[in-house]
This record gives sequence, C-alpha cells and structure tokens, in this order.
Amino acid sequence: MKDFRHYEAVSTLALDRDKCVGCTLCTQVCPHQVFEMRDRKADIVDFDACMECGACVTNCPSEALSVNPGVG
Amino acid sequence: MTDKIHSGNAGKGLSTSGVSLMPAMDTSTASGCGCGIDPNQNQDQASTYDRPGYTLCHWVEDFIDTPEGPVPRVQTRLTMRDKAVTAAVRCGIGRHQYAVAPGLYAVGHPDAGSDVLVTANFKLTFDHLRRELEGLNLWILVLDTKGVNVWCAAGKGTFATGELVHRVGDTGLDKIVDHKRLIVPQLGATGVSAKAVKAATGFRVIYGPIRASDIPKFLKNNRRTDPEMRQVTFGFMERLILTPVEVQIVLKPALITVLVLFLLSGIGPGIFSLGSAWARGLTAIGALVMGIVSGAVVTPMLLPYIPVREFALKGIITGCVSALALLVLHPAWTTGAASGLALVLFTITISSFLAMNFTGTTPFTSPSGVEKEMKRYIPVQLAGIVIAAGCWLYGAF
Repeated sequence: MKDFRHYEAVSTLALDRDKCVGCTLCTQVCPHQVFEMRDRKADIVDFDACMECGACVTNCPSEALSVNPGVG
Repeated sequence: MTDKIHSGNAGKGLSTSGVSLMPAMDTSTASGCGCGIDPNQNQDQASTYDRPGYTLCHWVEDFIDTPEGPVPRVQTRLTMRDKAVTAAVRCGIGRHQYAVAPGLYAVGHPDAGSDVLVTANFKLTFDHLRRELEGLNLWILVLDTKGVNVWCAAGKGTFATGELVHRVGDTGLDKIVDHKRLIVPQLGATGVSAKAVKAATGFRVIYGPIRASDIPKFLKNNRRTDPEMRQVTFGFMERLILTPVEVQIVLKPALITVLVLFLLSGIGPGIFSLGSAWARGLTAIGALVMGIVSGAVVTPMLLPYIPVREFALKGIITGCVSALALLVLHPAWTTGAASGLALVLFTITISSFLAMNFTGTTPFTSPSGVEKEMKRYIPVQLAGIVIAAGCWLYGAF
C-alpha cells in the first residue's frame, strides 16, 4: 500500500507510550502497519498510512491510543 | 432472500437426523393419478427438511445435531445461482437486501474442538468466506450486520462487541464447543473489543487474516497471521470490480442532470427552441457521459498511476484527457469557443467530483484527509459548474 497515499500529517491518531502495556494488539489489528513494537512498547512507524479506522483504539487495553476524526 | 429456515436456533429442539416427513406413500395410487410425478423421486434433500412456511436455502447441504439443536451445514462450492446474484449485486442490483440469517452454521464436519469463524451476514461476504473453506471442519458464527460487509459494518457499529456477545449467548456456543476461541476477521477489529468480549463471554478473540483465502494457511500456522495477511491491498482487479457500483450510484442524479441539460440547451436567441434543446442537449449529455466514465471508471482503474495524491485532482487530469479526446473526435464541440470551453469544463468538473467521491470506497483515505480534500475542492467544482453553464448559455447567442 506504499503506492496509495493521501494527504500527509492529517490523521488524528495519538499514542501515549507511557500508558502502553506492550500487548501488541495494535500491531495485529492495524490494516496499514502503522505500528511496530520497540523496547516492548508500541511505536508509530508510519503515521501517514493511518486511515483513522479506529481498530487500534477499540482494542487497546490501556487507553494508550486515541483517534478523533471529525464528521468525515 | 426470505428463504431462511436456519437462523441458529430457529430449529431448536427439532431432530433433523433421519426426519421422515410422512409415512411411506402408496405409490400405486400416486402414479395412477396421471400427473406423471413419481413421489419416490421427490424424496430429495429439500423435501427432507421442509417445514411449513420455510424454504431451505439452496446452499445448505444438510443439518448436523448439536446440544443446542440442528445447525445447517453449508456447501463450500458456489452454485451458478450464487455467482449470478453476486454479479448482479456487484452492479448494484439488490445490493441492500442480500443477507443471510444470523446465527451458527457449519462447514465440513466440525466437532466440539473445531474453530469458530465470525463473519457478517452480507451474502456476498458469506459466499466469499465459505468458498475458501473446502476440506475444513469449522463453525461459522454469522453476526447481524444488516447485510453489510465486515469492514463497513465494523465502522458503522453493527459488526460490534455487543452483537458478538449477544450472538455467542443466543446460539449457546459455549455448549457446542469445548474451547474458548473466536476467530474474528482483522477488519472487524474496528468494532470489536477483544477485551470486552472476553469479559462478557469468556471467549478469547483471535484476529484472523483480512482475506478469507488466507484462512487455511492461518489455521495451519497455529492461528497466527503473517504480516502480509494483515495488510490491506487495493490491486487493479479489486478496484475494477468496484466501478459498476460507482456508476450505478450516479445514475439517478445523472438522469436529473440530463433533464437540466436539455432545458439549458434550449435557451437561445428565440427564448426557447426545442430543436436547439435536442441538438445542443445531446452534445452536453456527451460531455456528462464522458465525465462519468472518466471520474467513476477510468480514475479508479488508473488510481496509483496518476501522479498526484488528491482524488479531485486525479479526476481533473483524467477529465482533461477525456475532454481533449472528445474535442478532437467530435466536431460539434468546436463550433464555438464559448460552447467548447463549457463542454470541456463540464467534463472536467464531473470527473473531478466523481473521482473525489471514490475516496469513500478506497481502503486508505482517512476521514480527516477526505474532509480536507472536500473543503479544498468543492468550491473549485462549484465554480467549474457555474462557469460551464454561463459559457454554454453565452455560446447559444
């Protein structure tokens, strides 16, 4: 999906690494491989691939992730 | 699609193994009636499972007994009928009423240890899943997503934690299987919280592959997804198959536009001329058709090859090419500078608008990105339409 890119820096995705418990669920559910595990915590490695689907937020057990698109 | 006998517990309590509808009939009297039907030949699968008021779905093989009653076993091969309806739905015909009854189904010969796949009740989704399960023994838990596919339903909140929890309880799944695993498609994760499902039902959600075709490999892989199973794709064929619905969606507004174009084209020095409405109207409709093809078909097909990121701009580029092609091919377009400009602008604007509309169909644009693009391009497109209409009218005088 590297061939398919829309605007850069528009996603409202935010990760609070301090809250991350390292469960890896976000790396499993993200359809665009936005996350990778680094030092046993999730890290955003491809921010502009985020489509704000919310799968990571819904599944994060420690509320470390948030995404707040407007009306769309 | 009202032929449903098998919503999970619809047949609860009925024994389906070896059901005999009626005592053996006296065949001599039946064949003696002259209708030419031998009742012995009618003892097929359909009549075995007939119930008053129900019709058996043609894709149900038979039923298997479980502690929670009979569960329909579905075929893994699609029939001609399934494929024909799929083709129609892909063209937008009956797309919103193509659902299967939610509940529990089986493929192969599952037992208490077999895995449970969770899916949506859009028949296209259901068919897409079962045709990949040849030779496997599995349970399929179909959620009520109002006939919408997994990803869209997850976004709309119907493929969701609440419905999954409800459906697990409703089907008595914990009495049918002796494990606590649910395999949920990865794209369902938008609506399903694994943590909440575990808390409410005791079942552990395992996120499976995006594509049904990866399920056999995923199961062999000890229920682990490879990175490529987790990556959404949007290849040429995947885009092409979406274009008929893109066109179908604009048919109604296009028809209204056609009427407006005829009216607008009749206005001229003689106030209104029917002859002019017809002749100039047809030319304008040519531009409309060109814009629709360019924005709703060509742009999706060539999406990654058009070297800009904004969809509206992609549509402007394909629209320019289409309009220039028509200018060369269609001499009527070059009869006047103002009319020619109007037709070119109109084609480009329609193309740009429909290309922008395609953002809603792609699997990579974010709502924030789409909002930004719309704020930027809707004023441009409005200006395009107004200027095109002005030039068109000016060209008539």
